Amino acid sequence: MYRETHIIKDGAPAQLIDGDLSEATADGGELVINVGPQHPATHGVLHLVITLQGETIKKVEPHLGYIHRSIEKMCESLSYRQFIYVTSRMDYLSAHINNHACSMCVEKGLQIEVPERAKVIRVIMDELTRIASHELWWGAMAMDLGAFTPFFYAFREREVINDIMEETCGARLTMNYMVPGGVMADLHPNFQKRVKDFIQLFKNKIDEYDDLVTGNIIFQNRTKGIGILSKEDAISYGCTGAVARGSGVQSDIRKLYPYEVYDKVAFDEILETGCDSFARYLVRIKEMRESVKIVEQLIDNIPEGDFQAKTKAVLKLPKGEFYSRVETARGELGVYIVSEGGTTPYRIKFRSPGFSNLSALDHMCRGSKIGDLMATMGTLDLVIPDIDR
Amino acid sequence: MTNEEIKQHITTIQPDAVFDETGEWLNVQIEVNTWKPFAQWLKSGELKMDYLFCLTCIDWSATATGKTLLTMVYHITSTVHRHQVVVKVKLDRNNPEIETVSDIWRTAEFHEREVFELFGVKFLHHPDLRRLILTDDFEGYPLRKDFEDPVNMIKL
Repeated sequence: MYRETHIIKDGAPAQLIDGDLSEATADGGELVINVGPQHPATHGVLHLVITLQGETIKKVEPHLGYIHRSIEKMCESLSYRQFIYVTSRMDYLSAHINNHACSMCVEKGLQIEVPERAKVIRVIMDELTRIASHELWWGAMAMDLGAFTPFFYAFREREVINDIMEETCGARLTMNYMVPGGVMADLHPNFQKRVKDFIQLFKNKIDEYDDLVTGNIIFQNRTKGIGILSKEDAISYGCTGAVARGSGVQSDIRKLYPYEVYDKVAFDEILETGCDSFARYLVRIKEMRESVKIVEQLIDNIPEGDFQAKTKAVLKLPKGEFYSRVETARGELGVYIVSEGGTTPYRIKFRSPGFSNLSALDHMCRGSKIGDLMATMGTLDLVIPDIDR
Repeated sequence: MTNEEIKQHITTIQPDAVFDETGEWLNVQIEVNTWKPFAQWLKSGELKMDYLFCLTCIDWSATATGKTLLTMVYHITSTVHRHQVVVKVKLDRNNPEIETVSDIWRTAEFHEREVFELFGVKFLHHPDLRRLILTDDFEGYPLRKDFEDPVNMIKL
């Protein structure tokens, strides 16, 4: 899998490069460089083999598998209560939402009615997760482009969310809070107050983010017109989340196929038609504001009642196939369970948003300069464990 | 479009298609040799199924009736009409071969590479059918039911 860097001059052996050598010109030839698997801007163990001609990218070839744990295989021997915990380790920045998708799939199979209180708690948790995830992306994205300060700003606010999560769920990153039938424990008594304090704080901070980065002319110059992905290509590559919405594709699962209480809260699906890195950036920034709106509407209206439906100790899904889809911070996560009637899934497939978004990277980068690669990849918001699974 | 309308459209193109409506979405089962033209029609025909959102494979060898059976599963939706269809194609487990659809839905290129290495399904006319996740010297197909790993624990 690992390949060393080669400089290919005219007449060099063709087997060193997989691509078409006929384009290599006499003046420079092609250069193959490896980005990653240990590279600060890939934010994980992603390995890109890039074919360059001068400074122009000819081909980007992702090599995956450095953090492949075969979660799908592991889940085949775990019960319907156990397998949910493994999925926190896929997209660890949207751990809540991963758990949510799995719980929903099991609930669909067993036709469990989730109590209203649990539904609202789940949505609040999802949206807080989305804010936290987008904040990390925002800081990291700015850092990729050379601005170091935003990273600390983003982590400062993200820390508040982590503290809130820790108090209620007992963990800061892999919460494992959603279980089939509802949520694992009731909210901490401080929860509502602390979330309200956070929302108050965050509303001012997000304007600060705009001042700091969004309006920055250097940032705009580096992201506008970079990494173009047309609407047709976004659909064809199966892109979802902010990547698709930055190209004007309606893809918000919360709007298209509403689950829990998303059809009862008022929020907008953010669509941008710029099709470039800046459009994708704007979508995520605006999505944070929408998430704030959702949390504001729900935080004072958490219904009283049970936080978990009564379920059997051992869950057995009937024979059949079940599919649930949710909107994670990165896009559409699908959980596909094939059950043969036992206590473990016969086959389980996670349709991860990052995997499809990454497949469009080659198309987006071809013909652009090597310096723009990070500006493009930054807006894909890749989380490598989510891609490898 | 409702399931009935979709069924009518599909029957005119594929008279031998088998339907199953027990699940959440309409399931269509077709023969492997008709898959490629059918996929082309799904994308460009009346149904306008332009978005392949899930592509995977199931190994049935651990069940009583599926000793030599693999099933390809394609979850396809339309961004215009917002209807879903699940297409299933049965493959022979000893020699699984199917035409690629990566030229119809570009997302299939990566997903097919994943299925290729984890299930051993050969996608004919795929532009770049190489391993994506596993190392080059890895032996066996990990997501098949009879896969045994002597080193790492993969079963409880």
